[in-house]
Amino acid sequence: MMAFLSILGERDGFQFETTSQPDFFPDLNLDQIVDAITRPKQEYNLKPSFWTPLSDAETVRYRQEVMRDLENEMVMKRVKAFSERMIVVRRYLGLAERLDFDYHRKGWILEAALVYCDAVTALAGHLAGTSLRSRGLLAFREYLQRYIHSAAFQSLATEAQQVKKALSEVTYCVIIGIGRFKVKRYQGETDYSQEVERTFEKFKQRDAQDYVVGLPERAGMSHIEAKILEFITRLYPEPFAALDHFCTKHNQFLDEIIRSFDQEVQFYIAYLDFIADLKRQGLPFCYPEVTATSKEIEVHDGFDLALAHARRNSGSPIVLNDFCLHEPERILVVTGPNQGGKTTFARMFAQLHYLASLGCPIPGRKARLFLFDRIFTHFERGEDIHNLRGKLEDDLIRIHDMLARGTANSIFIMNEIFTSTTFQDALFLSEEIMARLMNLDALGVWVTFLDELASMGEKTVSMVAMVDPEEPTTRTFKVVRRPADGLAYALSLAQKHGLTYEQIMERLP
Amino acid sequence: MMKVYLLYPDRDFDPSQPLPANVEDITRDLALDTLFKAMARGDDFLFQVARQVMLSNLGDIATIIYRQEVLRDCLKYPDVVRQIYQIPLEFLERKRKQWLWISPRHSSPGAILSGSHHLLEASVDLLCRLRRIADQHVEDFASPGFRRFFAMIQRELADEYLATVEKHLRMLRFPQGVLLSAQLGKGNEGTNYILCKPNDADRSWLQRLLAFGSPTYSYTLHPRDEAGARVLGELRDRGLARVANAVAQAAEHIESFFNVLRFELAFYLGCLNLYEHLAALGEPVAFPQPVPADERRFSCVGLYDVTLALTMGKGVVGNNIAADGKSLVIVTGPNQGGKTTFLRSVGLAQWMMQSGMFVAAESFAANLHTGLFTHFKREEDKTMESGKFEEELKRMSTIVDHLTPNASLLLNESLAATNEREGSEIARQIMSALLRKRIKVFYVTHLYELARHFYEREGDNVIFLRAERLPDGTRTFRLREARPLETNFGIDLYREIFGLEKQ
Repeated sequence: MMAFLSILGERDGFQFETTSQPDFFPDLNLDQIVDAITRPKQEYNLKPSFWTPLSDAETVRYRQEVMRDLENEMVMKRVKAFSERMIVVRRYLGLAERLDFDYHRKGWILEAALVYCDAVTALAGHLAGTSLRSRGLLAFREYLQRYIHSAAFQSLATEAQQVKKALSEVTYCVIIGIGRFKVKRYQGETDYSQEVERTFEKFKQRDAQDYVVGLPERAGMSHIEAKILEFITRLYPEPFAALDHFCTKHNQFLDEIIRSFDQEVQFYIAYLDFIADLKRQGLPFCYPEVTATSKEIEVHDGFDLALAHARRNSGSPIVLNDFCLHEPERILVVTGPNQGGKTTFARMFAQLHYLASLGCPIPGRKARLFLFDRIFTHFERGEDIHNLRGKLEDDLIRIHDMLARGTANSIFIMNEIFTSTTFQDALFLSEEIMARLMNLDALGVWVTFLDELASMGEKTVSMVAMVDPEEPTTRTFKVVRRPADGLAYALSLAQKHGLTYEQIMERLP
Repeated sequence: MMKVYLLYPDRDFDPSQPLPANVEDITRDLALDTLFKAMARGDDFLFQVARQVMLSNLGDIATIIYRQEVLRDCLKYPDVVRQIYQIPLEFLERKRKQWLWISPRHSSPGAILSGSHHLLEASVDLLCRLRRIADQHVEDFASPGFRRFFAMIQRELADEYLATVEKHLRMLRFPQGVLLSAQLGKGNEGTNYILCKPNDADRSWLQRLLAFGSPTYSYTLHPRDEAGARVLGELRDRGLARVANAVAQAAEHIESFFNVLRFELAFYLGCLNLYEHLAALGEPVAFPQPVPADERRFSCVGLYDVTLALTMGKGVVGNNIAADGKSLVIVTGPNQGGKTTFLRSVGLAQWMMQSGMFVAAESFAANLHTGLFTHFKREEDKTMESGKFEEELKRMSTIVDHLTPNASLLLNESLAATNEREGSEIARQIMSALLRKRIKVFYVTHLYELARHFYEREGDNVIFLRAERLPDGTRTFRLREARPLETNFGIDLYREIFGLEKQ
């Protein structure tokens, strides 16, 4: 087995050079998705890893394997528990650096060491008993086993516990007067609070409000507490001597490989956490088959992840859509009523490809997707309609630039472009650009009100956003492969509201 | 434990329990606010309590009877009940005047301890007064609710107990300094501070001698060491936290007891106010007889619309109906003939019965419902012609969502916003299904086709009532059992309003 390097890829040390999000992020609402994914984990700076799509299918599969392993609830639970403890370790060590009093500082270093040993030992133990399949986690497990059996780690763990035990057995008394205090050993004095509690018990009406919770935990030590601690070291000298010895011997105990695993594995955790909510609502996710060679793509029950996230608590169902391309098809042309889900569909097409290229499970039941080189989007902008000529000019310059940079492996998303020009202009321009796209042999979705585009050639596929055949005013947000058609409806109002005899018999218990 | 338990035999009323989903419809259709206002007599608190308790209908006969008996005691001894009610009111008054309050959570334990200490001191004599009332009247009151309440007061507020309370209030001033035990927590910071009783109080001479050898270190702060004094105060607070919590909870418990007492009595006080109001109008009330929800029972003598009586300020016409065994009551007859008033009187009586109140009738017996729903014609819908029928269906569908077996449904000219044939057919389907599913329905309707269908086809679980019109055309506002008539009386109304003028 190869030596473990990174959980994000088999290459030598995974680096993220991307410092800003890709241009197409806002159009596809991927910015919202990545914000939501990384928001709970801001201290890890995860965004660059979500801004960097992979270009080789092998690394996509490497990550998919790790994702699958982490989808095992037990594995995920344990890796998370590990990460949570590592956060605590960093917090304690950061705290210790800022402290003034020696035994206070050493006390926190000891705490950090205890949590660290616990975290690493627990993770190693749990992973040893778990069935893993991914190259990434198998290599990491092996590394971890060797590490915890090393002599250095063993002595760190044992000594930390011994010192802690001795310190926690110290019990003392403080007697507080006005402007003075005394410290002495504890000699069996009894709890007075209980007596008061018992006396007033009978007045209890409901669960009483707790008044103690407001006391802030003090992180730090004033000269008064330091004085008390000094008196305690005089009352009980031995445990503090042991603490001195421990801190000298183990002053740098964090392992670098383990530290960077903890950082990088957050990429997976953040994404899986993000989709877990949606999965619980019954939305499907799957690992797409990713290919850089075939453009015969296919998705069952896909959906817009940003929309699903935005609606996660609204109770309104998310509509699932299918699409596929068979040779020689390349471009999905979407028509249908306004607000019918066309833009959502177009976004979904690109989102699915992008998420697949990160090695993530994608929103959909089953998928085969193309490993693209670039994504280009052109969405009609609402603003700036005062200067139509200027706007059209800008649009055409942008489109020209996209076509110049794009390749046969690029994805184009054209959304309702040319809506503010005349019909004749729109049709002419659209047909021209469509011809160029088809010539380029790129993949894409084109949302339009121009039916003519849907049947321009063998590379275009017509898809229609559907309405309810029972009631044409109701959008179904289903986008299906078919030529545009008119709908008629005949509708019983009672039936629509579930108020026929049979329906009520069904509805009532 | 001090529990009031005047609304339920075994628990407090939970003011946070959700009101029924259709609370807005019910309140509007049954004019409940008129009822609450009469119960409140201008007191906002009584209004809120009446509303909250009434809208949380009871589903069991035992609790209804429990409240009926407490209420009978209240009607019999109104002065004693109002005296008891004064006690929590006076507590609130003192709190307000003497600025007594338990410091909120973010305050220091020292402040919490001091505030709650004062609050306890201000409560002791009120508790004594409550016990004297209990001592005096425990034998007079007949209801299990009040008898338990008085016995509880006598048991819980014994003299020696109140003496213990005062002893602790003295000790909690800590004349010898605050003694804390503690341990080393994370980072060697002190933790687990526990307030202790000094040992020397109960120690033998031998134990004191043995303890003598253990070392004690003392430290005196510099007089200008304000930061140090603050830290020391915080440590003291940390030690006092638990005891401050305990005393504050105790004070809160007493405050809560007074609040619950005020709340639960407020409901009965509202009933008392309503009773006195109706008595002044010369209107009768009766304690209803509830029967289980799965039976079909409805019989009344002199059932009247209490909100109409309150609004008119005089006695109103009552109805005598015998509809035992009926699941569907269809009411037809002329406009302005008392149909809506009857429907409202049915809903109000059901609702009052299931709150444990008396009802506006000479006698009243009915089965309980598991939920009461209203579907009344909405006046404001008249302008939106196209959507009106659909709006009706939408509301009906929402009701169906909430229906459970043995629920009751009051329909007032429902499904009339379309032509009669369509309306009747849809209504027929709905009613047939509801009957099958054991929903009890009162339906005021002009849909003759619907009424005729049930008159000709359905069995003896349907009863037909008609608003009475005398041969000379005058209306009595009474309902009689009578088959539906095809002709309607809208023309009367038209004539009444327009006279005989020609176009």
